[in-house]
Amino acid sequence: MTDTTFTQATARGWLRSQSRWSPFEIIFWLALLLPFFLFPTYLPLASQIAIAALFALSVDLILGYAGIITLGHAMFFGLGAYCAALLGKAGWGEPISGLLLSGLFAGIIGFIASFIIVRVQHLALLMITLGLGLLTQELANALTWLTGGTDGLRIPRTWPIFNYFRFDLWGYTGYGYTLAVLFICFLLSRRIVNSSFGLALRGVRENIKRMPAIGSAYQSHQQKIYAISAAMAGMAGALLAQTTSTVTLEVLSFNRSADVVVMLILGGTGRLYGAIVGAIIFLIARDQLAGVNPQYWYFWIGLLLMVVVLFMPKGILGFVSRLAGRRD
Amino acid sequence: MSSLIIILFDGFAFGMLLFVLSVGLSVTLGLMNFINLAHGAFGMLGGYVAVTVMRQLGFPFLLALPTAFLAAAIVSVIFERLLFRRLYGATELNQVLFTIGVVFVASAVATYFFGTVQQVLILPEWLRGSVELFGMRFGVYRIFLIVISLIVTGVLVFGLERTRLGAQIRAAVDNQRAAKGLGLDVEKIFGITFALGSGLAGLGGALAVEIVGLDPSFGFHFLVYVLIVVSVGGLGSITGSFVGAALLGIGDVAGKYFWPEIGSFLIYMLMVAILFVRPLGLFGKR
Repeated sequence: MTDTTFTQATARGWLRSQSRWSPFEIIFWLALLLPFFLFPTYLPLASQIAIAALFALSVDLILGYAGIITLGHAMFFGLGAYCAALLGKAGWGEPISGLLLSGLFAGIIGFIASFIIVRVQHLALLMITLGLGLLTQELANALTWLTGGTDGLRIPRTWPIFNYFRFDLWGYTGYGYTLAVLFICFLLSRRIVNSSFGLALRGVRENIKRMPAIGSAYQSHQQKIYAISAAMAGMAGALLAQTTSTVTLEVLSFNRSADVVVMLILGGTGRLYGAIVGAIIFLIARDQLAGVNPQYWYFWIGLLLMVVVLFMPKGILGFVSRLAGRRD
Repeated sequence: MSSLIIILFDGFAFGMLLFVLSVGLSVTLGLMNFINLAHGAFGMLGGYVAVTVMRQLGFPFLLALPTAFLAAAIVSVIFERLLFRRLYGATELNQVLFTIGVVFVASAVATYFFGTVQQVLILPEWLRGSVELFGMRFGVYRIFLIVISLIVTGVLVFGLERTRLGAQIRAAVDNQRAAKGLGLDVEKIFGITFALGSGLAGLGGALAVEIVGLDPSFGFHFLVYVLIVVSVGGLGSITGSFVGAALLGIGDVAGKYFWPEIGSFLIYMLMVAILFVRPLGLFGKR
């Protein structure tokens, strides 16, 4: 009896030690406030990055932690974006409730889709996520009366946050808002991955056959995290719709699904900061390189992908932490 | 009625094109479990080679096709030996990302040399126009496509069932470990299969120019079709690829004819449904 309480205490202690904040993390988050003071002209780009980072974070939860490979996560991003846009068009421009509703909507669709997702693995999983993503895009394209088809939707300016912070032209409110949502979702994800649920997910990733053998209901774990991830992706999409006041079919495209996986791989999967760092590097590189030569942007990103996969399988963060001599 | 037959015919011809493009991937995926998303890029290479040799060197069309096959096969061997083989033991995600990287680079390189314009291939006189049969008009080029693909299928089936290399490939697909244990050089077999499969993709790319055009997004555009054929048909199965490709071709053409407003929706729906019921594909064994 005393033995079990002892192990429980250490297990809890271990989990707690995992979730302790390191000074690097605090510096990192403070650094994300710098664009307000140093690069005020780049604030719209900064909020794009925060949105992409939130999206990448949602993919990291299923891909990096639960081992569910996806090539169609833009589906949920797009559903959230259209949901927020339609709310705005219907005359409800309150940002926070709109954000939560969009997340809820994407989460429900994600939960429904998860019944299909957990049944398959390997190539079939890739193809089903890809297929569902393409399916949603075709559907949105066909429902022109609802989604505006290829023209997209223009939505009225979102109402001020808390009825006080107006969305301004320079993007101060936009960046503050997206960064705050990113931070809150990051805290949630951090709590999830450092819980016993998060450990079970990692077990699924490492060995999907052994989990049922030790009595863990891996399918329901996967379904839960998939729905959570879908909701988070939906919120990222809603943020995009609310801050830019436009939605086009591009939010559902395969390119967006592929880009987010690329960001994640660049940063490093299976670590929450990998998603954020990957989004920062990817979007800044695209902003700089596309300015020089937009047509060959894909050449560099392709080359970067090949190099990262061959030489830094754990992403840039994994590479850096290996250089720093720290174990993962 | 007659329009239905024409749709079936056009769909089957398109399906046969998809078959030539994708059968190589099906076999290599079944053999090494290597998810090669760059397969479509080899098809694109074949297309550009065919267009270039015809325009610059004045090759006749029938000579340009084997040239496309050879070029794609040779380039694929170089890639396989230098790069892809490092990834055989890697995770699926890394294979997918690496080969997507190859597609990105290939697309940018094609843009650099050829620009983003659609390439045109001038067919010889005898392949143009259409013939009339039972009061319906059939495109000559589509008949040619079907004939070529049936020849390719015949050669493949004969090669796999009746030759020594075919027996070795079948053994390696069925049980790689046992094949190795019996002294087969699985790596070499894989290299040869990879080259043949990519060569077929190159041939398919050259044949596709007339039907769907050719631009730097070819590798991406056909990736989805090729993957649908492979996953629905089942890995490592030529019959599966043939049936999957025919289904997809007919479904695509018919869907676009009868319900143009919902586009490819039906195809994706069908694919998700088939994979949901049979995750290994219609003819997949493992």
